[in-house]
Amino acid sequence: MSSWDWQVFCKETTSGDVAPSCFGSGGDITYLDWLLSAWGWTLSVSVLALLVALLLGSLMGILRTTPHRGLVLLGNAWTELFRNIPLLVQIFLWYHVVPALIPPLRDVPSFVLVVMGLGLFTSARISEQVRAGIQSLAGGQRMAGLAMGFTLPQTYRHVLLPMAYRIIIPPLTSESMNIIKNSSVAFAVSISELTLFALQAQEETSRGVEVYLAVSGLYFISAFAINRAALFIENRVRVPGMIGGGGH
Amino acid sequence: MLALDFAFFTPDVISGYIVKGFIFSLQLTIVAMLGGIVLGTLLALMRLSGKTWLVMPAAAYVNTMRSVPLVMVILWFFLLIPLVIGRPLGAETSALITFTLFEAAYYSEIMRAGIQSVSRGQVAAGYALGMSYRQTMGLVVLPQAFRNMLPVLLTQTIILFQDTSLVYAIGAYDLLKGFEIAGKNFNRPVETYLVAAVLYFIISFSLSMLVRKLQQRIAIVR
Repeated sequence: MSSWDWQVFCKETTSGDVAPSCFGSGGDITYLDWLLSAWGWTLSVSVLALLVALLLGSLMGILRTTPHRGLVLLGNAWTELFRNIPLLVQIFLWYHVVPALIPPLRDVPSFVLVVMGLGLFTSARISEQVRAGIQSLAGGQRMAGLAMGFTLPQTYRHVLLPMAYRIIIPPLTSESMNIIKNSSVAFAVSISELTLFALQAQEETSRGVEVYLAVSGLYFISAFAINRAALFIENRVRVPGMIGGGGH
Repeated sequence: MLALDFAFFTPDVISGYIVKGFIFSLQLTIVAMLGGIVLGTLLALMRLSGKTWLVMPAAAYVNTMRSVPLVMVILWFFLLIPLVIGRPLGAETSALITFTLFEAAYYSEIMRAGIQSVSRGQVAAGYALGMSYRQTMGLVVLPQAFRNMLPVLLTQTIILFQDTSLVYAIGAYDLLKGFEIAGKNFNRPVETYLVAAVLYFIISFSLSMLVRKLQQRIAIVR
C-alpha cells in the first residue's frame, strides 16, 4: 500500500492544484471545503429528522398507551409499517413514489423528502421506546392522576410523561446516535452528505483510505457529541433518589 | 394523479429480475447470521474473559464497527479487501465478508448480555462439578445464554435482512436491485418500488410476528 497523502484535502476539486490555505478561493473549492459542507448536510438531515421522529414517535407511542382501541390500533399500525420496510426502500418511496402519487409534492426538494423518510422510519423506533417507558410506570400513577381529577391529557402531561421520558433517555440517546449513522442512506438520492462525498471524492482522487478515514472520523465525532449532550441532559433532569440517570 | 399499472409484473419478469436478487439477499442474511453469531460469541467470550489482551482488541473491534454507518463499512471493505488480497473482488463476495464481520459486532453485544444474564451460581456449579472453563461455557452457560437471547438474536436477523438492501452502495445484485433494474427497463419505477416495499414489509412483518410467538413459548419459567 502506498503511503499517506493527506494533502489531497487541500486540492481544488476542479483543477487538482493544491491551495496554499487548504481552503478554496475565488469560487473554487477544495476537498476540505466539500468535506465540511457534506458534514453540514449530514448534521442538518440528522437533526431535522430527529425532530420529526421525536414529535411523531412520541405522539404514536402515547396513542398506543391510551384506553381508546382505535388510537392504539393507529399507533400500532404506524409503528409496524415504518419498522418493517428497509430505510433505503423508504427513502426511495419518498423520492420516487410519493411525488408521483401526490402531485403537489413534486416541487419539494429532495432534502425535505429525505428528512421525512428518515424521520418517519425513526419515529417507529421512538414510538416503541415511549410506549415501553409509559408502560414501565406503575399502573397506580395513571389512576392517581385520574383520581385527583386530572383529565387524561393532564395525567399524561403532568404525571406519566415527565417520568417516562426520564426513564427512556438512554435508549433515546442511542436512537439519536443511530440517526446520524442512518442519515448515510441519503447518498442514494444524491444529497451531498458525507457518504456521497466519500464515494465521489474517492473516485476523483483515488485516495480512498484518507477520504474514508476523514468521513468515518466525522461520523464518530458527531455521534459522540450527541452522546455527551444526552448525558448532560440526563444529569440535569435527574430525579434525586432514583437509581437510573447516574453520570459516568 | 398517475395511473398505476402492474400488468408488466409477469412471471417472466419476476423470474428474470427478482428471483436472482431475492436469493442473494437471503444468502447474505443467512451467511451473515451464522458467521456473525459464531464470531460474535467468540468476541463476547473475549470481552468477558477478564484478560486485558483479549478484552481490549474485542472491545475496540466491536466499538469501531458500531460507531461507523453500515454503508461506510460496506464501502471500506470494498476498498480495502482488494488492497489486501491484491486482486479485485466482486461486489457480492465483498458484501458477504462485510456483513459477516459487521454483524459479528452486533451479535456479540447480544451474546454478551445473554451470557451475563446467566446467574453466577451456574458457573460456580459447573466448576464445583469439576468442569473446565471450556466445558462450563459450552455445556452450561452458552446453551442458556442462547435460549435467553434467541428472540433478540432473531430480531437482529430481521434488521440484518432489511439492511442487506444497503449493498446498493457497491452495486451488488440484491432484492432491491432486482426491482430497481426491472423498474428502469420497463419504465415503471413507481410500481416496482411499491411492490418492493410491500414484499419487504410482508417478509419482515411475518418474521417479527413469528419471533413474538416464539418469545412467549420459550420464556423460561423462573
